[in-house]
Amino acid sequence: MSAEALLSVRSLSVNFRTRSGTVAVLDRVTFDVAPGEIVGIVGESGSGKSVTAFAVMGILDAAAQITSGEILFEGRNVLAMGARERDAWRGSEASIIFQNPRTALNPIRTAGEQIGDVLARHVPDTATVIRAKVLDALRQVRIPDPEKRAKSYPFELSGGLCQRIGIAMALSCSPKLLIADEPTTGLDVTTQAVIMDLIRDLAHERNLGTVLITHDLALASEYCDRIVVMHAGHVVEAAPVAELFAHPRHPYTTRLLRSVPSIADDISQLQAISGSLPDLRRSDLPPCRFAERCDRRIPACDAAGLMLEAAGPSHTVACRNPL
Amino acid sequence: MSRILWRLLGSVPTLFGVVVATFLLTRVLPGDPAVFFASNPSMTAEDIERVRQSLGLDKSLPEQFLIYLNALLHGDLGMSISTGLPVSTELMNRLPASGELTIFAFVLAIAVAIPLGVLAALRPGSVIDHACRLIATLGVSMPTFVTGLLLIYLFYYLLGVAPEPIGRLDPFLVDPPQVTRLITVDALLAGDLETFWAALRQIILPGVTMALFALAPLARMTRASMLGALSSEFVRTARANGLSRSKVVFTYAFRNAMLPLVTTLAMTFSYMLGANVLVERVFAWPGVGAFALDSLISLDYAPLQGFMLLMAGIFILVNLVADLTIAAIDPRAGLK
Amino acid sequence: MMSGTLSLLFRERLRVMRYTLSENPVNMLAFVLFGLLALAALFGPMLAPHDPLATNAQDALQAPSAQYWFGTDQLGRDVFSRVLVATRLDLLIALGAVLISCVVGSVIGAILGYFGGMLDATASRVVDVLMAFPLFVLAMALVAALGNTVMNVIYATAIINLPFYIRLARAEVNVRRNLGYVEAARVGGSGHTRILMVFLLPNILSPVVIQASVNLGWAVLNAAGLSFLGLGVRPPTPEWGIMVAEGARFITSGEWWIALFPGLALMVAVFAFNLLGDALRDILDPRLRT
Repeated sequence: MSAEALLSVRSLSVNFRTRSGTVAVLDRVTFDVAPGEIVGIVGESGSGKSVTAFAVMGILDAAAQITSGEILFEGRNVLAMGARERDAWRGSEASIIFQNPRTALNPIRTAGEQIGDVLARHVPDTATVIRAKVLDALRQVRIPDPEKRAKSYPFELSGGLCQRIGIAMALSCSPKLLIADEPTTGLDVTTQAVIMDLIRDLAHERNLGTVLITHDLALASEYCDRIVVMHAGHVVEAAPVAELFAHPRHPYTTRLLRSVPSIADDISQLQAISGSLPDLRRSDLPPCRFAERCDRRIPACDAAGLMLEAAGPSHTVACRNPL
Repeated sequence: MSRILWRLLGSVPTLFGVVVATFLLTRVLPGDPAVFFASNPSMTAEDIERVRQSLGLDKSLPEQFLIYLNALLHGDLGMSISTGLPVSTELMNRLPASGELTIFAFVLAIAVAIPLGVLAALRPGSVIDHACRLIATLGVSMPTFVTGLLLIYLFYYLLGVAPEPIGRLDPFLVDPPQVTRLITVDALLAGDLETFWAALRQIILPGVTMALFALAPLARMTRASMLGALSSEFVRTARANGLSRSKVVFTYAFRNAMLPLVTTLAMTFSYMLGANVLVERVFAWPGVGAFALDSLISLDYAPLQGFMLLMAGIFILVNLVADLTIAAIDPRAGLK
Repeated sequence: MMSGTLSLLFRERLRVMRYTLSENPVNMLAFVLFGLLALAALFGPMLAPHDPLATNAQDALQAPSAQYWFGTDQLGRDVFSRVLVATRLDLLIALGAVLISCVVGSVIGAILGYFGGMLDATASRVVDVLMAFPLFVLAMALVAALGNTVMNVIYATAIINLPFYIRLARAEVNVRRNLGYVEAARVGGSGHTRILMVFLLPNILSPVVIQASVNLGWAVLNAAGLSFLGLGVRPPTPEWGIMVAEGARFITSGEWWIALFPGLALMVAVFAFNLLGDALRDILDPRLRT
């Protein structure tokens, strides 16, 4: 655990209560984000990336329950905060942007009103001041003609513009942490790059700790400083981008790397990952949830007590038989 | 503004259809009113023929329709045979009674159903949620005329707290000066608290009866649309940005939940217009519904025709208001 | 082969039904209440302890007792027997009305949805006009226009229910008419009538049946409301609406049982049909389950 971490998630476990029993969606998830650092959380859908993000922000479903662990923000345990304190923290110190920018905005409120709501909540001021700050926020995300856009409703804006509004809203109160939950999945390819560039530039300008949640390893490799690989609710490996790509230690990471077209050296090396995520409702889940899909499985894999262990400076892996 | 005009024009064909339908319907009603008069032994065959002519019943159906349409355009709904007064006068005299009752019940139903539905949606599975569902299911199963009678038995006969169900105001009290012609409002305007209290006591039971009837669909719809809005992504965004709970619930969730609710409100109002006839009957309320029923029984069809037109007109108007309300809330609706 | 799939389908339905019933006791209640109503309708006249029409001046206006469970009315008739015997008539009116509107409405709606065009546009406008009247008021006027008989109460209730079925069937057929299997039937030389009867109507049965079961409760209320106003059923025939109307006169003098018991019967019937509608929706259309 680095002393200067902005966000430090320690052994976070989350259960979902469903009709068919309790599901351990997150199991002892651990990772750090330093100020100004862009950390990518990568994994298949269902691996628990978004649940991790929602748990940090405190916007989990009613069916979800944090069973153990802590979330430290500048050393304060966010989970120990009272409801009011947490509300005040959300949006002012830590913010999140979502996957579907259009549906993430209130359809019957103008972009300016929605950004203004956030500003009025965290830094109350006169209407005139708030209006000026809204325009500032819109300018920061490089929206042309902010006076006009402030009066637009989400349905009048393109997906890319809606995502910029979302970013403007998230950053309007100058938070220190931004979580971007698949921010470009709903957008077309050209817009994707523009939005990602914008997020990176803003993160650098403001020394903003950023968590980029994505299933796209290529995207993560391009924009992130460090990558955390998740599989079935476990963090299996975490390392700086260059290190992870040069020396992946976890069998899942290598398989993930080989499944990405732009990273595999040629098309013949491109491989799908066999099998699928294990059913998390099972009572006989193996300690390593990748074991059943793994070709490096050894008897030791079935012993309890699998942990993330150091595999080099700032490189951790949770594997009994790493590469 | 042009949108409002367009929407107004759009209801013209429906209105015309309503006029045709009421005309046809009342023309096939049994019992030639002339024959009705013939039951009076002093009437001769010539007298009957004269009545037929004066009512235009000797002309062909299309001719009758044109005459009817022309009269309608001049605000003439014909004469009520049983009371001898113009139907328009009769209806206008009784409409305030029905209006006061319906509006009172409507406001009461909204005041209970919407908070109930919202609370149920905010705490799914709670006591309030179960209560809301029970009320919604029981409410649609209660015939208004039975609820009304039960309330009379309970509050008038057993407990003695309600006045006798004999209309809008105790016959020994003097009506307040007519301004809005809603007795409770007029009494307040005149500062006559005694009359206000007496009128309020009269309207409570029929009002509650009607409100109970309207409660079920409103509470059910409020709960459903509020649940939908609360689980939407933009509410999650609002929460993630730390907006206060009241801002999230009211400005974000509730205003969006209002959209489907407004349509249900209009529909419920229309149901209430129909239920008026039954409730007015039970409480001897001197409204248009009771008047239409009396006319129907005495084979007096001009008032019935006028009543049907009035109801359909109000219905079209209410829908218009609902559409405009939605347009005012939802910027997307303004585009079309 | 065909019977194999059918029996498989049937078994699947049974499974869902058992699941729905065990999962949701309210659905169970719906079926029990419905069973009781059906028994009363079938065997009511046999089970009635007294003649529902027999007047008995000495025993007039008796409160409920061991001899007269629900008391007696102003003519000394046994309210319990009358309520029990009335079940058949009330249910017949509702069932008849719903059956007519459901069959006629589905066919009209299916034809409109299948052919579309001017006919469809005109008919939709007519339906709009029909819906512009408060439906109960329309039913009232229809009974008056058609004549004051029980059959006409059935027709009037059927007519005001028509729009719902027309709209439902029209929408369902509209989305299906260009689907592969209908196209295939057309290419195979099937005429319009055959396509409608064999390929389209059976497929919209499920939503129509659900709508019908939800409608039943409403039809009972509507018919009883009409007879409460003195339209349709005439005294001394035992019928819930008319009995409530007769009892209404005695409410203000404290003889509550004459109006209460038929009113309660009415409420139980409507309640049972509403629950039954929800239960059938669960069984027939699992997609809608919440």
